[in-house]
Amino acid sequence: MNAREAIGDTVQFVQGDKACVYGALLAGCRFFAGYPITPATEIAEEMSRLLPLIGGTSIQMEDEIGSISAVVGAAWTGAKAMTATSGPGFSLMQETIGYAVMTETPCVIVDVQRGGPSTGQPTRASQGDVMQARYGSHGDYELIVLSPSSVQEAMELTIRAFNLSETYRVPAILLTEESIGHMREKITIPDTVPLQSRPATEDEAAPHVPPFSPFGRGKKAFVTGLTHQDNGHPSTDDHEVHDRLVRRLCAKVCENMDDIFQADTVRMDDADTVIVSYGISARPGRAASEMAAQAGRKVGAITLKTLWPFNYAYFAELAQRVDHIVVVEMNCGMLYHSIREAAAGNANVTLVSTLGGKVADPTAILEVIR
Amino acid sequence: MKQASELYETYLRTDMLPTILCSGCGAGVVLNATIRAIDSLKMDLDNMVFVSGIGCSSRLGAYINADSLHTTHGRAIAYATGVKAANPDLEVVVFTGDGDCVGIGGNHFIHGIRRNIGINVIAINNYNYGMTGGQTSPSTPQGSVTTTTQYGAFEHPFDIAQLAKTAGAAYVARWTTSHPLQLQKAIRKGFSNKGFCFIEVLSPCPTSYWGRNKVRNPEEMYQWYKDHTIPIGRAEEYPEKIPIGELVNVEKREWTEQWASLVRKVSP
Repeated sequence: MNAREAIGDTVQFVQGDKACVYGALLAGCRFFAGYPITPATEIAEEMSRLLPLIGGTSIQMEDEIGSISAVVGAAWTGAKAMTATSGPGFSLMQETIGYAVMTETPCVIVDVQRGGPSTGQPTRASQGDVMQARYGSHGDYELIVLSPSSVQEAMELTIRAFNLSETYRVPAILLTEESIGHMREKITIPDTVPLQSRPATEDEAAPHVPPFSPFGRGKKAFVTGLTHQDNGHPSTDDHEVHDRLVRRLCAKVCENMDDIFQADTVRMDDADTVIVSYGISARPGRAASEMAAQAGRKVGAITLKTLWPFNYAYFAELAQRVDHIVVVEMNCGMLYHSIREAAAGNANVTLVSTLGGKVADPTAILEVIR
Repeated sequence: MKQASELYETYLRTDMLPTILCSGCGAGVVLNATIRAIDSLKMDLDNMVFVSGIGCSSRLGAYINADSLHTTHGRAIAYATGVKAANPDLEVVVFTGDGDCVGIGGNHFIHGIRRNIGINVIAINNYNYGMTGGQTSPSTPQGSVTTTTQYGAFEHPFDIAQLAKTAGAAYVARWTTSHPLQLQKAIRKGFSNKGFCFIEVLSPCPTSYWGRNKVRNPEEMYQWYKDHTIPIGRAEEYPEKIPIGELVNVEKREWTEQWASLVRKVSP
């Protein structure tokens, strides 16, 4: 049975967590390792049901560190591999996410965000992991973080996370929230999806991305988290080797921004004010834009699908065009800081912040615009 | 027995030599025994993956001319589980140490054993964290001086082989670097067991452990492991000595075999 057959009906009414699983399987994911945690558990449950039907492998590990480690191990056999978790487990995974960056291991991590810090609000939504997703591991690095604002997008962006991760040999994180993860919406499942695989030769590889040598093919790959030369051999005392490696790892993500960055826009043509948001917060953001339009105001809305790498040029240009940027987030202000930095005083940047699982009210956003 | 020079070209990543290991370190004996076991079993190096964590022992994988995954501290067994579960045809060997295996990695160790994933774990127990300069480890003998037990260690140490046996490993043996031939034979037997294979090797750390514990001559160190160990069959007569030999060798359904039969059962 192939993945599409295992998934079943073309139109389904499912939770975001389940949609992530569908997206992963359509993208070619055949290995899952996870550990139960609210509100991401449904992903592990659904993986354990579907993967054996299509000849894949699903394993429940002893903790989240074991889960991401098993995913990296599986990825080096050539498999497309994924894990899923929420804040506390995502914190535990950070060291190995850095290892995956350093070893250029394609893999996907789904973080269904809940309220933190600590155990916080396990069953309530949050966008409090936006900074952790980008900066959670030690050292300088870049990776890819995508955020869906509907159940349909949870499926579509999981596919995209796999494809980007394969193309650039970098961990890709699907950063969603309890609200999307547990919400049921109608989705339409495609019969086929575009598929990317990690480059086997230099000709196939994107700029700054080396070809991948999977285990078991006689390539004698040496994979290490130590600073290494191009052949993988450790070189821990040479500042030039480290400088070249780290800058290349960052460049392969940032210099391919045109391919990686995506945002949906509405009513932007003559907007003087723009509401910027992502994930579940994008929905009140778009509603506020529509309400403002009905009142005769020129208020656009941008829904970011790619959070990281952060597109400074996009926001710098935006700040030239509009007077006011309103950032809506379910945290104390995270992406807000980067947007304000990019705006560089050319537009006012205001934050609408909600906590505790509360999604912003469109009227509260309109208050800020007024 | 083949000369080391005959094995050198075939099995070692020669451009990684010399090793980072200190004079008198036992890890080289373990590497030698492992390579000889692989050679005598005629295993295909291109079908083997060497996984390791962090520490002196974890550097061994780098010296074998095969695919190797040098990972994060304590997690080698979890990475190896992913390699084996995703491709059961690969032979997976983990090199680890006492700190890596039962300190930071203790949870992965007991759970890897519990699920009986078919990997081969060789743990080099040198009684201390050697790479960071000789701190106490979960296996440091009571009374030993280390840089973090300057007045003598008092915590109860783990008996690592016994821990593996209790957790349910399919194969468990303990030898020392003063018993290289027995060690090589144990690796051969362990690698032939399809389940989780665990081999503990007591090994001297001249630089960071023994010097502080008043044994300064490598010859004396190697003699210490002979004097303080006893074949497992006679262990009851000598309760003060460390039992060495084969603790377990049983057939037990391995994880990837069970997964494969589950897939056959449920897939239409």
